[in-house]
Amino acid sequence: MSLYHYASPQHFYPLAGRMVPWFAWLAAVSAALGLWIGFFVAPTDAQQGEAYRIIFVHVPASWLSMFLYLVMAGWAGLGLVLNTRLSSMMAQALAPTGALFAFLSLWSGALWGRPTWGTYWVWDARLTSELVLFFLYLGYMALNAAIEDPRRADKASGLLALVGVVNVPIIYFSVQWWNTLHQGASVSLTRAPSMAAAMLAGMLAMAFAFWMYSFAVSLARVRAIILEREAHLDWARDLRGVKR
Amino acid sequence: MNWGSAAEFFAMGGYGFYVWGSFAVTAACLLAEPLLVRARQRRALEQVRAGTGGDAGRHAGGHETAA
Repeated sequence: MSLYHYASPQHFYPLAGRMVPWFAWLAAVSAALGLWIGFFVAPTDAQQGEAYRIIFVHVPASWLSMFLYLVMAGWAGLGLVLNTRLSSMMAQALAPTGALFAFLSLWSGALWGRPTWGTYWVWDARLTSELVLFFLYLGYMALNAAIEDPRRADKASGLLALVGVVNVPIIYFSVQWWNTLHQGASVSLTRAPSMAAAMLAGMLAMAFAFWMYSFAVSLARVRAIILEREAHLDWARDLRGVKR
Repeated sequence: MNWGSAAEFFAMGGYGFYVWGSFAVTAACLLAEPLLVRARQRRALEQVRAGTGGDAGRHAGGHETAA
């Protein structure tokens, strides 16, 4: 049995179903840990007081919004090149979750901006490019829904997803390339983090939780998408829970 | 421990609105999304059962927000 075996929607469907509860549990446990650290272990910030605790949802949501876009575009690109049905279905399954995290990033960012910058919103490079990311997700979903023939929808929306990838490094580096209100990266691979260890631990636990959540919910969604698109095939009709 | 009392915890040093506004909306979204996906899965199974699904009939209600 190879990876190619699971490239077929029919075989991936039960595998995804077995993975969902594991990722869901990992998400729940790490979210509980992250919230506990975030509220009870991490100290009050010297400059921002308690307002900084928004970081425990804001940064993980922002990371996931960018990361999921790259994964989505990767699947979409694979679907375009190899013409595999499952790849495009995976891309479609990721889009709503990515859009949700982009929204949560903007929402929590607005609520953080108000007490620290004095405004909910400003048209600065970081915020605007994240808003563009949110619209890219929505555009991808709208395009998919608008084209009647699913294989053509896969191609058109896949192309949109790939073109939109250019926006992700723009978001990430916007705080260096432009003068912006948004602070620079708190965590980077090249230097020591500029925050207390407990704050960092809480943030990483929450990021892990959101990551596992994304796996769980998009695998659950891809199952629904597989059924929607393959409902006419024999394997779907023979599923347990379908036959009465 | 950061908090002397529950009231202090909920006040978040005067930033309660902003902190809880962020966490509450995030929690609500992350609880709602799996429910929408589950409803979509049920609808998809229903389509298979009824024989109305498949690529030709994908607009018969394939989206979580659709009624």
